[in-house]
Amino acid sequence: MSQMTLPVKRSWGETQRRDAWWKTPVFVFLMLSAFLVYANIRVFEGDNYYSGHSTAEANRATNYLTPFYSPLMFEVESRAATPSGHAWLSSGRPGWLPAWLSPAALILIFPAGFRFTCYYYRGAYYKAFWQDPPSCAVGEPRNEYRGEHRWPLLIQNIHRYFMYCAVVFLFILALDAWHGLHFRKPDGSWRWGIGVGSIVLLLNVVFLSGYTLGCHSFRHLVGGHRNAMSEQAFKHKLWKCSTCLNEKHMAWAWTSLIWVAFSDVYVRLCATGTWTDFHIVF
Amino acid sequence: MTDYQLHEHDVLVIGAGGAGLRAAIEASAMGVKVACVCKSLLGKAHTVMAEGGMAAALANVDDRDNWMVHFTDTMRGGQYLNNWRMAELHAKEAPARVRELEQWGAVFDRTKQGRILQRNFGGHRYPRLAHVGDRTGLEMIRTLQDHGIHRGIDFFMECTTIELLTDGGRVAGAVGYDRERGQFHAWLARAVVIATGGVGKAFKITSNSWEYTGDGQSLAYRVGADLMDMEFVQFHPTGMVWPPSVRGILVTEGVRGEGGRLLNNAGKRFMFDDIPDLYKNQVAKDVEEGWRYVIGDKNANRPPELLTRDHVARCINREVKEGRGSPHGGVFLDIAWIKGRQDANGKAIDSHYIERKLPSMYHQFKQLADIDITAVAMEVGPTTHYIMGGIKVDGDSQMSTTPGLFAAGEAAAGLHGANRLGGNSLSDLIVFGKRAGEYAAKFARDKGAVTLDQNQVQSAIRKALAPLERGASGENPYQVMYDLQATMQDLVGIVRVESEMARAIEEIAKLRKRAAGVGSGGDRTYNPGWHTCVDLENLLTVAESIARCAIERKESRGAQFREDYPAKDAEWGKYNLVTRRNADGSMKVEKAALTPMRDDLKKLVEEYK
Amino acid sequence: MNSIQLRIWRGDDSSGQYHDYKTEVDDGMVVLDAVHKVQAEQAPDLAVRWNCKAGKCGSCSAEVNGMPRLMCMTRLNTLPTDAPITIEPIRAFPRVRDLVTDVSWNFRKKLTIKPFTPRKPDFPDGEFKMQQEDIERVQEHRKCIECFLCQNVCHVLRDHHKHDEFIGPRLLVYSAALELHPADTADRLKSLKDEHGAGYCNITKCCTVVCPEHIKITDNAIIPLKERIVDEYYDPLKVVLRVLGVRR
Repeated sequence: MSQMTLPVKRSWGETQRRDAWWKTPVFVFLMLSAFLVYANIRVFEGDNYYSGHSTAEANRATNYLTPFYSPLMFEVESRAATPSGHAWLSSGRPGWLPAWLSPAALILIFPAGFRFTCYYYRGAYYKAFWQDPPSCAVGEPRNEYRGEHRWPLLIQNIHRYFMYCAVVFLFILALDAWHGLHFRKPDGSWRWGIGVGSIVLLLNVVFLSGYTLGCHSFRHLVGGHRNAMSEQAFKHKLWKCSTCLNEKHMAWAWTSLIWVAFSDVYVRLCATGTWTDFHIVF
Repeated sequence: MTDYQLHEHDVLVIGAGGAGLRAAIEASAMGVKVACVCKSLLGKAHTVMAEGGMAAALANVDDRDNWMVHFTDTMRGGQYLNNWRMAELHAKEAPARVRELEQWGAVFDRTKQGRILQRNFGGHRYPRLAHVGDRTGLEMIRTLQDHGIHRGIDFFMECTTIELLTDGGRVAGAVGYDRERGQFHAWLARAVVIATGGVGKAFKITSNSWEYTGDGQSLAYRVGADLMDMEFVQFHPTGMVWPPSVRGILVTEGVRGEGGRLLNNAGKRFMFDDIPDLYKNQVAKDVEEGWRYVIGDKNANRPPELLTRDHVARCINREVKEGRGSPHGGVFLDIAWIKGRQDANGKAIDSHYIERKLPSMYHQFKQLADIDITAVAMEVGPTTHYIMGGIKVDGDSQMSTTPGLFAAGEAAAGLHGANRLGGNSLSDLIVFGKRAGEYAAKFARDKGAVTLDQNQVQSAIRKALAPLERGASGENPYQVMYDLQATMQDLVGIVRVESEMARAIEEIAKLRKRAAGVGSGGDRTYNPGWHTCVDLENLLTVAESIARCAIERKESRGAQFREDYPAKDAEWGKYNLVTRRNADGSMKVEKAALTPMRDDLKKLVEEYK
Repeated sequence: MNSIQLRIWRGDDSSGQYHDYKTEVDDGMVVLDAVHKVQAEQAPDLAVRWNCKAGKCGSCSAEVNGMPRLMCMTRLNTLPTDAPITIEPIRAFPRVRDLVTDVSWNFRKKLTIKPFTPRKPDFPDGEFKMQQEDIERVQEHRKCIECFLCQNVCHVLRDHHKHDEFIGPRLLVYSAALELHPADTADRLKSLKDEHGAGYCNITKCCTVVCPEHIKITDNAIIPLKERIVDEYYDPLKVVLRVLGVRR
């Protein structure tokens, strides 16, 4: 308000806080950056997405597909001879797709978009990357501020559409985890079993579900949009479950992010034969 | 001549707690121009501290409840010194006022049928208190505030009223200053409603904040209005006793309403040992019956912890005095013991249940005393909480003995008699706040305009500025206030004796002289030292009135306990005590006979004995 | 009794500086007690706004060691004693004197929000039929004591001074309490989107962190409002369905 004389704004990083207020944003910055760098490398690596491609005997029996490449649209050219059996298109890479583009890039748009527009991550990266603010009650670098009130960040409002995709992905990844419980016998037929990788992929679905189903948009759409929720018992129940997950949304967000990366690392290690999967029940 | 701003209104409401806001809303609904002046920010008044609930015979939980039971409960609690007309109106109108709050956006806890839930409270025969967890007062004040701001009322926040204006025999407005900037104001008004709350700051251990310096009572007294029942100061039995800095802060009666038990240091539930005759038929025989009452068994009687406040406070006082108190000079209030018992739905009670039922108590103890009330007992002791007495008013119109001057809420006297029941204060605010606003608006409409007397304004301003002129060389006002508080606490406290109170009156006279010489450095901008200087006169006036009335009433009744006259005296049950200002400025206390009760009400009292 | 050092900001809206005070404190004392002690013994004109001293009225908001806190609920033994305790007024509003700020903007702004607009009562006596489960969200919002710590810490007000375009967390909570009220009939979404600037909130959750009533301001008030605004104005599918008349 023009007639209000407000205290002078603090400069960037200026504060009277004495605690280590910078710790959380630095942690977020490092973790998200590391994930982004790793994910990009993996996307453009374009290979080592399926453990069964491994030359190691024990790994070749496994059937783990990394979440980064799931759903697998087609086998990359180098693996066309030994298909994973997960590809949706048996005809191979469609002609319209530029050669430099990894199939993973097309997939990762969705989970990346989900996380980018997620209410938790928004707050976290606005602080860690944009310094807007660097931390609570700490001075900011810029005077200009549009928030999510105008373009471009107005786009954050499409979060729920990414949420719909993320829910679909839960089914796809659940299917992958199911596949991960199947092992290839030397004769080419399948048998049931549990390897460390199976558990890794199962946990991946659990953590991602915890994150996705506790999403603020999900919580709103399953019941929160109503004022008298108790009139619809089932929706009310859903809302309560979602709320329960939502209360720990941050924890779910980090656990699931780290676990997705770990799942990828694990499958990649198996795929390259660097690591031999341990079979618990076989 | 000091500059001041002049405002003209039909009705001026002083105070913006529950009563003030309700009065202002009602007056504005009557179509007159209303100003509301308050000492704090809007919505911060002490109403927010009320926790337990507001008593109204909605009969949502127990259908045997009705206004007649509420009326007789109130009269019994007040030991029949109440203004019976007010008790009647209160019991009859409270349900409508509570439901009106709901229409204005209040969100009360619900019964399973989706109606307003009611809880048990000391002295109420049936579960009667509409509530919101343990923050009912906040709910009330926020509802009234949010409703009131859209009614075209002119609010003046953080303004202290220093004097009432008069025109002939009639009140004509007030003079005050804004605490933030020190600017003086005069509000010319055809009717004034005083809703300034209580006098707790006259005592050392109190649940009241700095605001409660008896301003309204004192302002009214200075323009010649009668004060009544000033000897009846309620000591709430359960205030925090530790840490020292929070001594006196309230622990809601809701804790006991939810089953909390009082224990001495031997672990004995001492309240079972001393049950007054008036309540013999209404108290549980044993622990189990008490618990059944708590969870809503209609055939059970209340546990003795839920007896009237005066009685519980005295029992605690006795335990402490006789060496059975807790380490910090209180007794133990234990709610953790209900864990493992079954609630009304047959579910086992856990820590979470207690936390949900008493959230602010949980946080208050956690944060201020590092105590988890779901695991260990609290330490509590009596604290000055409420004054039943105040400005004498007409039961229907709430007008004082000075024309045009109305009063409502704690500042007014009558409804509660010798002792107030918990939960009756919040309903008091809305019932009589409404009436005061309504009748003040009518008065303003019916009577002609008032004229401003410049001399009155200037002399009030001069008086207020004197401490600043004395500056830092005057005596420190805080010291005078502390000495007064200590005097009242020690000499006119829970247990009273003539010789001590006589000494208190001498002390007050000395303090008056000292108060004339207090000063404060700094200027008029938000200067708490100066504010304290200004408040002193009011504190001294109410303190003197309390002490004089307490000496005069030579019996023990309700909140007044005289060690030298420990028994109730039927003769004294026929009188209220009235304080009035003599022409020479000295204070006069005289007996005023009660108005005989209407026959139908008398019958009710007999019927529900 | 031990001795502590306080560094209290003193001044007005034009200038000011920190003053150091040394005072003796008891066990269990809170910051407000220490300030009062200084006021009573050393600086009678030290301005501080307070009232209930029990965390219920929300008057004594200030910044203690840089964090927005209620002084009456901040125990001294929770603060480091190796350096003076810094106490300064909140920063999102004009300063009046010392620790007192002019928070009247909040009261003016509240007037711009459509008040509670009830439907017809469900019972003839005037009560609504509402289930406890349904009102619990609203009751959480209504716990607010209007201490304005959330307004103070919100960088949109504190650092960007968007007081004209944004109502701040407190008033978003107020709006949410009305919007989620089962018996309310008014629609505040358009004004929330436009003149009340709900979009300015970038969910950094500092309001939730400082709330002395532990209201989950962001998760339970602001985001539900944002989602309702999306329903009404941004969700393309819903907008299309509404245009086609399939939805309300």
